[in-house]
Amino acid sequence: MKARVSITYKRGILDPQGQAVLHALGSLGYTGVKEVRVGKLIELDLATHDRPGAEAEVKAMCERLLANTIIEEYRFELIE
Amino acid sequence: MTTPLRVGIIVFPGSNCDRDCFHAVTEGLGASAEFVWHKADRLPPLDGVILPGGFSYGDYLRTGAIARFSPVMAAVARFAGDGGLVLGICNGFQILLEAGLLPGAMLRNRSLAFICRDAHVRVENPATPFTGRCRPGQVLTLPIAHAEGNYYCDPATLAALTAGNRVIFRYCTPEGAVTPASNPNGSLDHIAGIANEAGNVLGMMPHPERSAETLLGNEDGKLILLSMLDALREKQRAVAIS
Repeated sequence: MKARVSITYKRGILDPQGQAVLHALGSLGYTGVKEVRVGKLIELDLATHDRPGAEAEVKAMCERLLANTIIEEYRFELIE
Repeated sequence: MTTPLRVGIIVFPGSNCDRDCFHAVTEGLGASAEFVWHKADRLPPLDGVILPGGFSYGDYLRTGAIARFSPVMAAVARFAGDGGLVLGICNGFQILLEAGLLPGAMLRNRSLAFICRDAHVRVENPATPFTGRCRPGQVLTLPIAHAEGNYYCDPATLAALTAGNRVIFRYCTPEGAVTPASNPNGSLDHIAGIANEAGNVLGMMPHPERSAETLLGNEDGKLILLSMLDALREKQRAVAIS
């Protein structure tokens, strides 16, 4: 089973990279973009096939290491 | 007769200011120092601890995020919990934040650039073990060198830091004015350094060890290291009397 974790700065926290990309897109003429958030994608290859167990474990990994929940939020999906 | 103060300098893979700290504390200021490798699960007998700057674990994931799980950090947390003085400089500050020994987190600099230049900081609280030699409001010129020094915390934490006089340094102009232009990295409330609630753990982005001797053209950083050594000596005396 694989887990795909995506991490971005929380809403309300200025994302300097997102701002830079937003300006670059604007200068290319893509003026319809309201906001850009740049984050990280982390793929985990898990040994388990136990979905609820994997769910709990990946959540713990996010809370303890993968994300800093003071500034970041995370989402993940499990893929068979 | 006083025994020389022993300062432990923690070395992580990727630390690169460890030797500068060692030099500043020993040859510059006459204390004794020893390196403590990050794999150590206990500290040798020490009076104080410095977490030096650098790029521990290549700054992978987030600055300080992996270093905080090094075995030595549990020992540093115990040392701090027992009231020992811990100074985190630059990456050392970032590690203290990730470890939860100081509140808040670091964001990328507002400019997205790595900034390497002198900065001016105002001493907001001279009544700490790290600033005893400074005057209130004194402006220090100290070098900064970082890409993630844009300090952030939530409003409740900021209120607690402010109310407790725990913002120790703020970026300012050479004259000591806190203006938007004097903030090099976008740091919340111009914060350049903060202390924990007990006051024995300080994190700061500027580098006192790189500005602690005339040969380097700047001795302002010496005030911070000397203040720390003063406080340690005081403690040593108190222990000897008791």
